[in-house]
Amino acid sequence: MEEKRNSGGFWFLQGMRAGIPIGMGYFAVAFTLGIAARKAGLNVLQSGFMSATMLASAGQFAGFGALAAGAGYLEMMVTEIVVNLRYLLMSSALSQKVMRDKPFFHRFFMAYGVTDEIFAVSMGVAGRLHPCYMYGAAATAAPGWVLGTVLGALLGMILPARAMSAMGVALYGMFLAIVVPPAKKDRIIAGVVIVSMVTSALFTRLPVLNRISSGFQIIVLTILVAGAAAILFPVSEKKEETQDAA
Amino acid sequence: MQPDVNLALLVMAGTIYLVRALPLVLLRKEIRSPFIRSFLYYVPYVSLSVMTFPAILSATASFFSGLAGFCAAVVIAWVDGKLFRVSIGACIAVFLAELLL
Repeated sequence: MEEKRNSGGFWFLQGMRAGIPIGMGYFAVAFTLGIAARKAGLNVLQSGFMSATMLASAGQFAGFGALAAGAGYLEMMVTEIVVNLRYLLMSSALSQKVMRDKPFFHRFFMAYGVTDEIFAVSMGVAGRLHPCYMYGAAATAAPGWVLGTVLGALLGMILPARAMSAMGVALYGMFLAIVVPPAKKDRIIAGVVIVSMVTSALFTRLPVLNRISSGFQIIVLTILVAGAAAILFPVSEKKEETQDAA
Repeated sequence: MQPDVNLALLVMAGTIYLVRALPLVLLRKEIRSPFIRSFLYYVPYVSLSVMTFPAILSATASFFSGLAGFCAAVVIAWVDGKLFRVSIGACIAVFLAELLL
């Protein structure tokens, strides 16, 4: 087992396995993204390029908005920072999770793969994270994203509506697979999950609050709820070691 | 000035990369503060929960099929917990719900 823990190949394969359902979910979402890209005036090549380099759903949709509005470069940068600010938190969490003995350059490459889903499975790994796990997950997930975008841009609606609708929950199912099992074992996590969902539902229902963009809502709620949980229920180092969400 | 589309795509890609890379590159050392460590420990649970609910209820053709997908995912995750099965199970539940409705 000790040998396995240090083997990049082993972790790459594990990551690839985790990335397959992500890639499938990405495919469905990216397909609709491709259609939106064409509407925003991008050609097929630009749509694929955008998905390959940005790998971010909300960020890309926001990008179409900025392009359509004829926004300047600075405004585009600010938009992307705000919409994707949650990645700042996720990368911070990952920076503490990654194996200490791995060379520093890995962190530059790992950054590419910081998406909601790859972050989710990476944090779900028991113990420390081997960089190759993220590479593996990105290797199977990202092609689904790019391929979905390109096909969506090329073909528009080829999939039957029922199939599109069903695939729409694939990503959420995955998120639940990450948060539910630890919630089953730990009452505090269960409470945090429930409070998060309830406050999130309130944010989308209440006037004024529901005007906040969804990307920004995620940041505000994450800071508020995780901050409150950290104050009320500080985590001992021992508990962190056993963090095994998946 | 109308920005060049290709340059705009590069600018946005560069910006998003920096947002992802800076914390990974700058936070090299182990963070000692118990508050920050606890905060980062809870971040994935909160952000994933917030992203899932209530968004899942409007991700499908109808509210009820979304709800079916949500319930199926929670139950399968509780009982089984395997990523792929939870994900596919949620999709199947949505598909069946929409056939019945």
